[in-house]
Amino acid sequence: MPQIAQLTADNWYLASQLFWLLVVFAGIYLVIGRGMLPKIEATVDARDRKVADDLAAAKAAHAAADGLEESYRQQSDASRVAAQKAVAEAKDKAAKDAEKRLAKVDAELGDKLAAAEADVAAARKSAMAEIESVAAEAAGDLVAKLSGVKIGAADAKAAVKAVLHG
Amino acid sequence: MAAESGKIDPMHQFEVTPLGGGFNLGGHDILFTNSALWMVIAAIALGLFMWGGMRRQLVPGRWQAAVEGFTGFISNMMMANIGSEGRKYTPYVFSLFMFILFCNLLGMLPLGVLGLHPFTVTSHIAITGVLALISFAIVLIVGFWRHGLHFFSLFVPHGTPLPMIPIIAPIEFVSFMVRPFSLGLRLFVAMTAGHVLLKVLSGFVINGFNAETLWLGSIVSVLSFILMIGISALELLVAGIQAYVFALLTSLYINDAVNLH
Repeated sequence: MPQIAQLTADNWYLASQLFWLLVVFAGIYLVIGRGMLPKIEATVDARDRKVADDLAAAKAAHAAADGLEESYRQQSDASRVAAQKAVAEAKDKAAKDAEKRLAKVDAELGDKLAAAEADVAAARKSAMAEIESVAAEAAGDLVAKLSGVKIGAADAKAAVKAVLHG
Repeated sequence: MAAESGKIDPMHQFEVTPLGGGFNLGGHDILFTNSALWMVIAAIALGLFMWGGMRRQLVPGRWQAAVEGFTGFISNMMMANIGSEGRKYTPYVFSLFMFILFCNLLGMLPLGVLGLHPFTVTSHIAITGVLALISFAIVLIVGFWRHGLHFFSLFVPHGTPLPMIPIIAPIEFVSFMVRPFSLGLRLFVAMTAGHVLLKVLSGFVINGFNAETLWLGSIVSVLSFILMIGISALELLVAGIQAYVFALLTSLYINDAVNLH
């Protein structure tokens, strides 16, 4: 068994084996273990970090979008409330205005009615007065024609007034 | 090695042969051998594999994903077993894991078809033993460096009743000292046994077709060949598992040294 035989005292290839093993393994350790491995690990670490960062950024963007949507909703709610309030105010004001105008028109109409009624009353009064004077005249004429007695206008008037007013 | 004389030596594949380039180092002749050649091949293959994963793209291609799969596998193992301090030891454990894995797998290559002799570096106890001793030395150095003489409390598990300490401590000590042997032996035995088994079965295949009663020998050969296919698949699995076990145990032992209890 050559593997065991080389461990016995004077064997030519044990020293060669050990020498080349140490040379090759040291080379692998220095070039690959110390030289290449850290670079590959750094690449992997950088990738892991980048993935984590990107995920965090995506999460932050998502949160920001949520916040934006929320604020937009609040804004639209607020503006809707304001619009409703404005509409209600306008309606209120319009109603009040209409009422005021109506009252004014009402008052004007009332005034006109009163004036008209006063006119009518005055007209009636003057008409009455005219009837009195016409009746007095007619009564004076009648008396003059029937009895030939001329009576004064004032007497006739008083007599007519007494008849008319009872 | 094959059936020159009708006899197949399954141990021939483990023999080390010089390929030249010798020099003297401290009284020892250092020769470039087939063992050294396959170590260098493993190192170059590993270097090429890693180089393909160095493109450092944000979205990895297939090759880069494969390399990052290996590095991530080892760094996760170190993280899980040792914690954040395990990162310091990742280069060593990663080099160990990949070197053993590549040596195991390269030794499985069916290059015998081309007349070449693949050599499984990790089927030599001298190699696995040295790797295990390096791991053990790291454990000792880190342990004494970080904890000083307090490191000896490793031999007294938490909650041991006082009268039990004289019994427990020697047992723990022995189990601690056995670690480098079990670590190196496990890999060496798994590789050796698998390759011997494959070689014995391939001997059956060859000898079966050379047998005098050809119909009987053919049956043996075909059955052995089918068995070989299955065992080759199993050996590929073992190659990965043994590399993993070596790295895992090393990380657990380093954890003992770093975190004590």
